[in-house]
Amino acid sequence: MVFQSRTTWAWPYALFMLCLVILPLVLIGVYAFTDADGSFTIQNFVSFFTKSEAINTFIYSLAIALITTIICLLLGYPAAYIMAMADFKTPQVMAMLFILPMWINFLLRTIATVELFRMFGLPLGEGALLFGMVYDFLPFMIYPIYNTLQKMDTSLIEAAHDLGAKRHQVFMKVTLPLSVPGIYSGIVMVFMPTVSTFAIAELLTHNKVTLFGSLIQRCFGEGGIAMWNYGAALSLIMLIIIGLTSFFGGDKEDINR
Amino acid sequence: MQKSDFIIEVNHVSKQFEDGKFALDDVSLQIKKGEFVTILGPSGCGKTTLLRCIAGFQVATEGDILLNGEDVTQMPPHLRDVNTVFQKYALFPHLNVFDNVAFGLKLKKMDKKVIEKKVKQALKTVGMTDYEYRDVDSLSGGQQQRVAIARAIINEPEVLLLDEPLAALDLKMRKDMQMELREMHKKLGITFIYVTHDQEEALTLSDRVVVMREGKIQQIGTPTDVYNEPQNCFVADFIGESNILDATMVKDGVVNFCEKDFECVDKGFGEDTEVDVVVRPEDIYIGTLQEGKEDNWQLHGEVHSCIFKGVHYEMTVLTDNGYELMIQDYHAFEPGTKVGLLVKPEDIQVMKKERLCNTFEGEVLEDNRVRFLDEEWDIPERVAERFEVGEEVEVEVDFNRVNLQDDEEDGVLCGEVYFILYKGDHYHLTVRTDDGDDIFVDTNDVWDDGDRVGIRVAPSYIRLYKKSQEQGTKNQD
Repeated sequence: MVFQSRTTWAWPYALFMLCLVILPLVLIGVYAFTDADGSFTIQNFVSFFTKSEAINTFIYSLAIALITTIICLLLGYPAAYIMAMADFKTPQVMAMLFILPMWINFLLRTIATVELFRMFGLPLGEGALLFGMVYDFLPFMIYPIYNTLQKMDTSLIEAAHDLGAKRHQVFMKVTLPLSVPGIYSGIVMVFMPTVSTFAIAELLTHNKVTLFGSLIQRCFGEGGIAMWNYGAALSLIMLIIIGLTSFFGGDKEDINR
Repeated sequence: MQKSDFIIEVNHVSKQFEDGKFALDDVSLQIKKGEFVTILGPSGCGKTTLLRCIAGFQVATEGDILLNGEDVTQMPPHLRDVNTVFQKYALFPHLNVFDNVAFGLKLKKMDKKVIEKKVKQALKTVGMTDYEYRDVDSLSGGQQQRVAIARAIINEPEVLLLDEPLAALDLKMRKDMQMELREMHKKLGITFIYVTHDQEEALTLSDRVVVMREGKIQQIGTPTDVYNEPQNCFVADFIGESNILDATMVKDGVVNFCEKDFECVDKGFGEDTEVDVVVRPEDIYIGTLQEGKEDNWQLHGEVHSCIFKGVHYEMTVLTDNGYELMIQDYHAFEPGTKVGLLVKPEDIQVMKKERLCNTFEGEVLEDNRVRFLDEEWDIPERVAERFEVGEEVEVEVDFNRVNLQDDEEDGVLCGEVYFILYKGDHYHLTVRTDDGDDIFVDTNDVWDDGDRVGIRVAPSYIRLYKKSQEQGTKNQD
């Protein structure tokens, strides 16, 4: 048998992408710009921008995602830094401990978190939501930063010391700027999924807080087929926002290579 | 306050790593102001560690380092008035050429105009004018190296440390940079301490060369000194090509090697003393052997191989009495040619032998056995009878009586061939045991660096001596 070229091998993947990535995207686009009867309309977007509820939920979701990302960064950077700067055995143990929760499905972990809150008599709500999100997404922040820090040439730090920099100056002028690519990928990896979270929110707030992800989910779940067009429009808006962040992040990474 | 003549003094510095290995072992070195000193040695000899101790990236476990008479042993690098040029340049990738060079000055919060002037000056010194705003990644290796030097000299340090700065450049570029470094050294007038494993580079650049091996200084001297008068086989072998031979000092001015007496200029080794001699391949005169005129030559032999090396030919000659010598000459002698060889007295360098045989500390055990190097070895009964069980003894084994086995299992002890020296008619090997002890072996077999071997010694070749009386009394004191 003759394999004509490597492209032959790519066919299953192309088919996979066509059915599961491109086609759904097209469908979202089509649904977003049509009404229930199938005729073209921009009403779905208009109603998003005019309904204060939707807009507010959207802004609220972005804010929650932003706060989660910031907390993850503040907690994750020092952890990554300690791991990268420590000597041989310690980072492996630490990395192991950080990765351990990721072996378990995040839904299970979230349900466990709910039980924990209940056990200690803590109220579910916004605080619990932030806690849960940070807990779930912290490893995604630590890893990229740890990676860039670890790969960094130690002679750069020595060079800075040698040229007269004190410890904090070395950090501010060399270590931090050089870890920017890691910070960007960390931000993207935490921010993007948190914007569209809904399960964590539902579980940890008892549906008291509605996030944008939940809103979309409701359009498709409870709203019936009539709401699909609106849901598609919301999805498209979210997709564009997420796309923008990743584009923004990826771009920066290029510059700092 | 009395200032010392030396800009840097390294006094009995040792550096022991956590695994117990010594990277530096009692190193002492004085460097004068404005000197260009090269620390030369094979990888792992401790040269970089010594440099890093001077720079402050590593702290010596013992001894002290003085900079301009001030003890800086424990001082962090940013307070030391020395700057380093790193092996892989270590330029900051997020900064352009200007900001890299200005890094040190900006930390000192200098005036912007002064910084700009100084950066321009430094870049001019290294021949990189007009490159200020280039991205460092877009520069070639040689250019990056220049920027690294500019960055290091802009702080006007008293001492510039260079850690194999040219190792990553290609040969042509390296030669050019060598000349430029010499020029820069003259222009700046500051002290350069240069680390390299390239002996040619060391000889070309420096005022003085420090040859290191296994954390110890082997020899300190001018390039001509270390080349012409190496103090031991290692230095002779490491620097340049050489013929190293076992020899006997017959009396002052006469040395015997290759079974012939040679006139030499060395004195003071005593009579009939075993020594090593070094004869550089370019110092052996070679000529076609003509019948009836054999007596004009000191050694007779046959050319075995002849390789063209550009300026000269490199030939190996097998002498009639079985020694192989390397000879360099401008004239080619075809393999098979009968030749005569001559060596002038002043071209023979005589060196004291570091040891004449292997010596170990041992303890006599029951059943005709002795323990040394943490292993038990059989000895003949007649030898064992002379000692009491449990008695501490000195063990001696001749170099040529150590038997090396291909299969590690066949040896009493395992080790790795660590250093090979060709001595004209045999190899002198240093075998390092797994416990880190050295055993020296003379053999005709060819081994490679890093070969794992089993070590055996036939019982009758193990000599035992009572601990000498003198030593005994010493120990009691």
